[in-house]
Amino acid sequence: MTEFLVRFIVGGVVVSIFAIMGDVLKPKSFAGLLGAAPSVALATIPLTIAKDGLAFAEIEVRSMLFGAIAFFCYAVVVSYFLRRKNQPALLVTSTSLLLWLAVSFGLFALSD
Amino acid sequence: MKIKLEMNAVKRSKWYEFLIRFVFGGLVAATAGIIAKQFGPAIGGLFLAFPAIFPATATLIESHEKRKKREAGFDGTRRGRQAAGIDAAGAALGAIGLIGFAAVLRLLIVSTSPWLSLFLATLVWAVLSFAGWNLWRGKRKRATITDA
Repeated sequence: MTEFLVRFIVGGVVVSIFAIMGDVLKPKSFAGLLGAAPSVALATIPLTIAKDGLAFAEIEVRSMLFGAIAFFCYAVVVSYFLRRKNQPALLVTSTSLLLWLAVSFGLFALSD
Repeated sequence: MKIKLEMNAVKRSKWYEFLIRFVFGGLVAATAGIIAKQFGPAIGGLFLAFPAIFPATATLIESHEKRKKREAGFDGTRRGRQAAGIDAAGAALGAIGLIGFAAVLRLLIVSTSPWLSLFLATLVWAVLSFAGWNLWRGKRKRATITDA
């Protein structure tokens, strides 16, 4: 329980730092780069290494590559529907999470 | 357009907007750990690149831009969505950096010290993202000139 509480706090702090940096940077397209910052990875990989060892972390990082490719597809699709189709942000960003799941798990299944 | 810091943007945000992003970030970090424990590190690792706070951030950008336009007497709905879309385009470029981050970390994490590999992978993320953004911006500029 303590481990997940630490993960929650460290993750929240690191993600918030990147989010605030994204708030104050202009132009918007540049600030957007921080939306795909490796914040969760930076917060959790040191904790994983400390708790479960390097071998466990290495396997996580291998899969992270598929998640990152899925993130790229997600952001391209979200940008298209917001800019070209003028759809509401919450609807587009939430429903497109299904695309992230499909691409990341699809790539993971193919790699097996 | 030059890169600049606009500190007023923080003042415009409400306290609960910071809280939402803290909670989302924390939840994703904790959930990735729980998934790794339950289903193994291979599945848990996917969530290290989950778009953790993206829906919250895009929605905040949309509502901030809308509010600004409304104060100026315009509807602002379209402007809000365009601004969120431009932020998402930036995130797509950042995701190219994130792919580089994961690839470098995978390559180095066992052969060098974990801290050094995290530092180098973050550096690769920053360089790839910035280079991608510069190329994209240059392409948009040329397209504008051609259109004109």
